[in-house]
Amino acid sequence: MKSHDIKFELNGEAVAVTVDPNDVLLDVLRGRLGIKSPKVGCDRGDCGTCTVLMNGRTVRSCLALAVEADGAQIVTLEGANNRKWTQKLQKKFHERNAFQCGFCAPGVILSATELLEKNPAASEHDIKEAIAGNLCRCTGYEPIVRAIAETAKGR
Amino acid sequence: MHLPKVKSKPGKNGVRAEKMGGLEVVGKSVQRVDGWEKIRGAAKYTDDLEFGPGLLYAALVESPYAHARIKSIDTSEAEKLDGVVKVVTGRNFIHKFGLYMNDRYIFASDVVRFVGEQVAAVVATDPKVALRGAALVKVNYQELPAVLDAVKALEKDSPLVHPDLKDYQHVPWFFPKPGTNIAHWRKIRKGDLEKGFKEADLVLEDTYYVPRYAHCAIEPHSAVGLYDASGRLTMWTSSQSPFTQRHVFAETLKAFGIGHKDVRVISTYIGGGFGGKAGVTMEIIAAALAIAVPGRPVKLLWSRAQEFYNTYQRLGVTAKIKMGATKTGKITALDFKLHWDAGAYVEYGANVVNAAGLSASGPYKVDNLSVDSMCTYTNLPPCGAYRGFGYSEFLFGLESHITRMAEKLGVDPVQFRKSNAIKEGDTLPYGAHMNPTGIHEAIEKVEQEISWGRKEKSRDPKKAIGKSLVCFWKSPAMPPNASSSAFLKFNEDGSINLLVSGMEIGQGLLTVMAQIASEVLSVPVSKIRVETPDTDRNPYEWQTVGSHVTWGCGNAVKRAALEARERIFDLVQRVHCLDKSTLYLEDEKVKCRTKPAFSLPFRDFVINGIQADDHTFKGGPIMGSGVFMP
Repeated sequence: MKSHDIKFELNGEAVAVTVDPNDVLLDVLRGRLGIKSPKVGCDRGDCGTCTVLMNGRTVRSCLALAVEADGAQIVTLEGANNRKWTQKLQKKFHERNAFQCGFCAPGVILSATELLEKNPAASEHDIKEAIAGNLCRCTGYEPIVRAIAETAKGR
Repeated sequence: MHLPKVKSKPGKNGVRAEKMGGLEVVGKSVQRVDGWEKIRGAAKYTDDLEFGPGLLYAALVESPYAHARIKSIDTSEAEKLDGVVKVVTGRNFIHKFGLYMNDRYIFASDVVRFVGEQVAAVVATDPKVALRGAALVKVNYQELPAVLDAVKALEKDSPLVHPDLKDYQHVPWFFPKPGTNIAHWRKIRKGDLEKGFKEADLVLEDTYYVPRYAHCAIEPHSAVGLYDASGRLTMWTSSQSPFTQRHVFAETLKAFGIGHKDVRVISTYIGGGFGGKAGVTMEIIAAALAIAVPGRPVKLLWSRAQEFYNTYQRLGVTAKIKMGATKTGKITALDFKLHWDAGAYVEYGANVVNAAGLSASGPYKVDNLSVDSMCTYTNLPPCGAYRGFGYSEFLFGLESHITRMAEKLGVDPVQFRKSNAIKEGDTLPYGAHMNPTGIHEAIEKVEQEISWGRKEKSRDPKKAIGKSLVCFWKSPAMPPNASSSAFLKFNEDGSINLLVSGMEIGQGLLTVMAQIASEVLSVPVSKIRVETPDTDRNPYEWQTVGSHVTWGCGNAVKRAALEARERIFDLVQRVHCLDKSTLYLEDEKVKCRTKPAFSLPFRDFVINGIQADDHTFKGGPIMGSGVFMP
């Protein structure tokens, strides 16, 4: 198996790693680069706990091959913690105790960040659509949707 | 909760004003103490911990058969693979384990009893290599007839899942029937069943079936073990029960010279449990693997698929109900047979069966009653705890049956329930007397709330509105001595570290414990740190199950806080010659009812003590401990 040297921007910093062609981005982030906010929930693209932003769009890093990240801009929650909409969302999520176990939180917040950065006036329908790929086993989604909606409305 | 009258005004917690019996913090909404950690991605779950380049990874070799004899295992090819450190089989671990019933080996030794059961493990320097190694282990099986149904498992010619059942150790309140597939039989007889059915105007008999299901916590099970050169075993696990795990690890592995003090279980945040991370499941494999590769940490992660076939599932049940009632809707007799499919290893599942058996009459007075709650071995994945285990399953059948009985008799189903509902002092199926219940009041309230009897039409043409009222009761199957404990220590700035071993599983336990300490000590919740447990540092907790930790662990915290307060009062009385009974805590200060000018901030003395007139220091670090036994 021929390995590949890839370079990408991770949370604003340039990184270079050598990966196998079948390495997935999630494993490289977690196992090689010490980035732990994307989680392994299902490892098959169903649960959304591995969500990261690739060139501004959410992707499931368990389905993205690491080589696809070559030259890309990757942002995980560790990096998004400095973004305006992420911070607004986090403040509201905290205020509303919108998470329980917290395992899905990084993915949900990144999906919500992507949504509000593009559409700050997102409707409830838009919100449900945006987080449809992020499973939460604890809350039943209600407090999550509410927190995002309140952030969108600036309440 | 009856707290002594303590004047305290912690405030500043984003408290939503809502009265609760004179309490100022407890019972009010505050922001979770673990909120920021989780929301900013800082919260660490077991698989997030770093163990350095020496970390090893394990992959399992699993049975493709529901029931088979292992004729041989050839590990030689796997062992030759570059990167494989060790291949472990049942030969390495010959002791059975279990919390309630010792019916299971760490690795199947002679026989596999369900598809997916672990037969061997390959430990390697890389997870992919471990998987490749596992595929190279050759196991030669002789397939045996399997039993996949809990009712068929009771038939005379059914294959036996555990022919040696008579030799298994179990808790004294389990009643296995050797020579059958019955792992536990909770049998209850009350009154005269035959007489009861004779008195009935209607006897209805039917069978209700509830399938098994899986917890599907979003975080798969994960465990890391390290057996170091000094002979101590440290386990990092995603667990609802760190102390129970420590106990089971120590008991199961004692042949390796390990005692309780040598085992340390560190439980990180967990991504949901729902009962699936109670007791011990895959963690025992990681513990065994750690012992097999001394000095190297070894990680075992469950895949999403393994979550479905090799953790506890919820037990399936086939419930056969025969009920008799009079024209007026009085239950005269109930014959209830619950056939629980507990899987290949019942362990925890036998406890579910026990709990359900004791409660199977539902919250009703039934004078003539027979309950047979049978825990049956099958060649399916093992079953165990799952939120409110056993109750919804048997109540589904019972309540469906009651509604149908009422309909057939022409009695209002709510009235039917009301007239049979248990009252204070009534004799329960197992002989005890009923405590006050409030059930009649509850039924009436619900009846009003849903406007029972009034038909409603949905405005949405695609929806229909139906109404029903059912009763539910629950008596968590908790041992009567399931205890909790807490340590509380003040820091220099008057903040607090609170140590408990109740687990934060998403329910907000850490916050609630902080609220209780805050209530007693007048320190704001935001200045109290509560973390997930480490069995070396944090005091004992039975398990975070059965909806008991707010009560059990909470009472331990309250006692720890009261003890710390008592030490504060003793110290102030001694140094400042103020009568203890006049002292109270407010705004993180000691104050005095008879001397309004007196105000001593915690940060001035909780670590370094108070300097007396003779220039010596009195006191020292303020701490408290609390124990709660139900």
